[in-house]
Amino acid sequence: MSFLPNSDDDIRSMCNEIGVNSVEDLFVDIPSTVKNPDIQLPSPLSEQEAMHSLLRIANTNKRVCSLVGGGIYHHYVPAVVDHLSSRSEFYTAYTPYQPEVSQGTLAAIFEFQTYMCRLTGMDIANASMYDGATALAEAVLMAVRTTRKNNVLCSAAVHPHYRQVLATYAWASDISLQIVPYKNGATDYNELSHIINDTVACVVVQSPNFFGVIEDIEKVAHIAHEHKALCIATFTEAMSLGLLKSPGECGADIACGEGQSFGNYPANGGPLLGILACKKEFMRTIPGRLIGKTVDEDGRECYVMTLQTREQHIRRERATSNICTNEGLCALRATIYLGLVGNRLVEIARTNHTAASYCLEQLVNLGYERVFDASFFNEFVIKINNAKDVQNKLMDNGFALGIPLETYYPELSDCLLVTATECTTKDDIDTLVKLLQTI
Amino acid sequence: MVSTMQTIFSLHKQGRNKYTVPQFGAENYDPIPQHLCRGELNLADVSEVDVVRHYRKLSSLNFGVDNGMYPLGSCTMKYNPKINDAVASLPQFTQQHPATIEELSQGSLHIMYSLQEMLCAITGMKQFTLMPAAGAHGELTSVMIIKKYFETKGEKRNIILIPDSAHGTNPASVAMCGFTVKEIPSNSDGDVDIDALRAAMDDNVAAMMLTCPNTLGLFDRNIMTIADILHSNGALFYCDGANLNAIVGKVRPADLGFDIMHVNLHKTFSTPHGGGGPGSGPIGVVEKLTPFMPVPVIAKKDNQFYLDYERPQSIGRVHSYYGNFLVMLRAYTYILMLGASGLKQVAEHAVVNANYLRVKLQKHFNLPYTRICMHEFVINDEGMPNGITTNEIAKRLLDYGFHAPTVYFPLIVHGAMMIEPTETEHRDTLDAFVDTMIAIKNEANTNPEVLKAAPHTTPVRKVDAVLAARKPVLKWEE
Repeated sequence: MSFLPNSDDDIRSMCNEIGVNSVEDLFVDIPSTVKNPDIQLPSPLSEQEAMHSLLRIANTNKRVCSLVGGGIYHHYVPAVVDHLSSRSEFYTAYTPYQPEVSQGTLAAIFEFQTYMCRLTGMDIANASMYDGATALAEAVLMAVRTTRKNNVLCSAAVHPHYRQVLATYAWASDISLQIVPYKNGATDYNELSHIINDTVACVVVQSPNFFGVIEDIEKVAHIAHEHKALCIATFTEAMSLGLLKSPGECGADIACGEGQSFGNYPANGGPLLGILACKKEFMRTIPGRLIGKTVDEDGRECYVMTLQTREQHIRRERATSNICTNEGLCALRATIYLGLVGNRLVEIARTNHTAASYCLEQLVNLGYERVFDASFFNEFVIKINNAKDVQNKLMDNGFALGIPLETYYPELSDCLLVTATECTTKDDIDTLVKLLQTI
Repeated sequence: MVSTMQTIFSLHKQGRNKYTVPQFGAENYDPIPQHLCRGELNLADVSEVDVVRHYRKLSSLNFGVDNGMYPLGSCTMKYNPKINDAVASLPQFTQQHPATIEELSQGSLHIMYSLQEMLCAITGMKQFTLMPAAGAHGELTSVMIIKKYFETKGEKRNIILIPDSAHGTNPASVAMCGFTVKEIPSNSDGDVDIDALRAAMDDNVAAMMLTCPNTLGLFDRNIMTIADILHSNGALFYCDGANLNAIVGKVRPADLGFDIMHVNLHKTFSTPHGGGGPGSGPIGVVEKLTPFMPVPVIAKKDNQFYLDYERPQSIGRVHSYYGNFLVMLRAYTYILMLGASGLKQVAEHAVVNANYLRVKLQKHFNLPYTRICMHEFVINDEGMPNGITTNEIAKRLLDYGFHAPTVYFPLIVHGAMMIEPTETEHRDTLDAFVDTMIAIKNEANTNPEVLKAAPHTTPVRKVDAVLAARKPVLKWEE
């Protein structure tokens, strides 16, 4: 298959006009010793053959009823989201460098920023980051820049992958990172009070945390602020923002996390949607694209990329970050999703919690142990003897039950993080319970 | 054309939202205490038809590759084959959860593993990781690997060399890893100034980052000498692969002496840019750098694909999961269709198109570097009648239905217009572009006012960027 529209005649006559005898003459600057190598790739395919091949591979993926979350969530994506985000004027455009022909992208991202501010309770949100983990890493770099301090405290109940990405970025930037232990499924606030001192730039807490537990962000913010440190509230489940008190209301300075839950698919973990929002005093230190409202020459309201002196293409090595592209199309999908569900987001969030609470109740009735007592949103930790065996047997019967926590927390052997969403039906859970009774 | 632009929030009316959430059908066993719950949410409540018309209307205000020629230099705005999106919409891929990828998603791992192998074959690198979510993310990951490599060797090297023609992401990525940037000038031919490079070399130099071909659209004729200078000093050679489209299939960067590189799947490998992402910036390394690749590495054993975390020297994790999988799928599909011969033709046609435009435009516009170019070239506004500037030419192009080139970059050319036609435009479109550029030049002579006031026919006219920065309004308020 080829997508080259020029005919051989076109190419010949163009070479003539350029003044070369052959196409090869245009590659004279490449050292001849290494030019035109033999590259081993499968033989080219027609579109039809490629689709056939891809479908064959696709069908080796297995579909099951998934009670798995822990960072990526199975939520329903309404048809409108796919339909509108598939308009090629949106998805075949580049970063909106020419605002006069990019108002669609710009207006949608301006709406996205507004949604993120309202959901997180913050003043400013950027046009998105790569994913939740890198959004957190960038939030921490931002806090270090702002406070001119170099020590970071992060709760052990923050998603392990987020902590790992943060550790990578912190190492690269010579930032010292210390983990605050958890207790009863939440950050150990007393321990935090003991560890923290005035050299700390920020304290990172996740709510709901990796155990599904709703954290006391207000308490963390209070402790942080007593030491002139910033409070960074992160989240992996944006759907929780529909129901829970926002990070802003709780006194956090920066809110960041993963927005995949809004209109984006699990898709093996990408593309995702990093969210980064902050109080207005950090406007000039926030990384990433910002879209602002302005007017055109005729006085009409319109939008443009703004405050670009923070960014790499202007400030180069003194920029707030190296980030340039973001996850524009994922942000558009989230915007369309939030436009469609509007304030019914609260109901969707409530259904998530109801489904999870029903699931927990049923599992406890089967005799499994609820590991942490604290309030949760749509996921919880349950202890099942020989959890790995049980998981495997369920898998053979079309169920994926939870994420084993032992990988990340050796002390939590046989503990599973189980998730239910509005896509989990009562029937699913009742079927699961019956299965568990038989295996 | 619209007179006022509405946001979704100004369409809000109580009672219009009929979105229905399924009832779960059981009571809630564990109510969340009120003090943990939020107050009013305050999103917009609108009807489904409102949502559809609003975003359809917004889409009509955008210009994408499917609208017309998009010669944005260094961005490789080529046609995005539609089968890519059909594949990336298959529920077998979209509905898979990353935490169960080994057990349930062997197909997805197969795609990722194969794409890594394909990229190795194309670039000559020993190993690829697909984890970086964008080109800049790939750069950052690469600079981390460079840092880790020297840290492991116990060498303290804190300088990275960057030519003055480099993308801004290069110095920004370097700074994020605690290195210092040292800029190397270009010579009058647009190649790296070898004497300046030699003078800058010492034991503190960890690496040099070079875009290949460079941002002038030129293939550096001393590239193997540069590699030798770096290697004999123990330094690494990094290839910014943003411009790989010019040489894909024609030469493997590893054969040129590069040790580490990133590629942009959203440029060379035809995945759509999405209005600013999601992209994908995989990186490849030569053998000695493989231990430092981020975790997990996608590996294969006994015909089973798995995630390898046993990498004690790894820089660690750089993404929540495994990178932008749906973007990888598109690139994989593209490479599968083109094969090695098709990819080579991509580079050849891209280079023919660029040189054809260069030769045609050279008669009318100033071309600071006149030698044969690769996939793009740079002209500028020097000698334009009545002081007409690059920005005015760019805005006028919008009126004529073309996207503008990249403007005012690279920084080493005053008033630069960097033009990259890509291989997916045919000669007729290129001729129309040339005619339009000539018409604009004539207007500069005869009617400069029309250029200074451009654009005229776009959904909005010249946008006041100064006002936006002076009085930032970054969200909608009543």
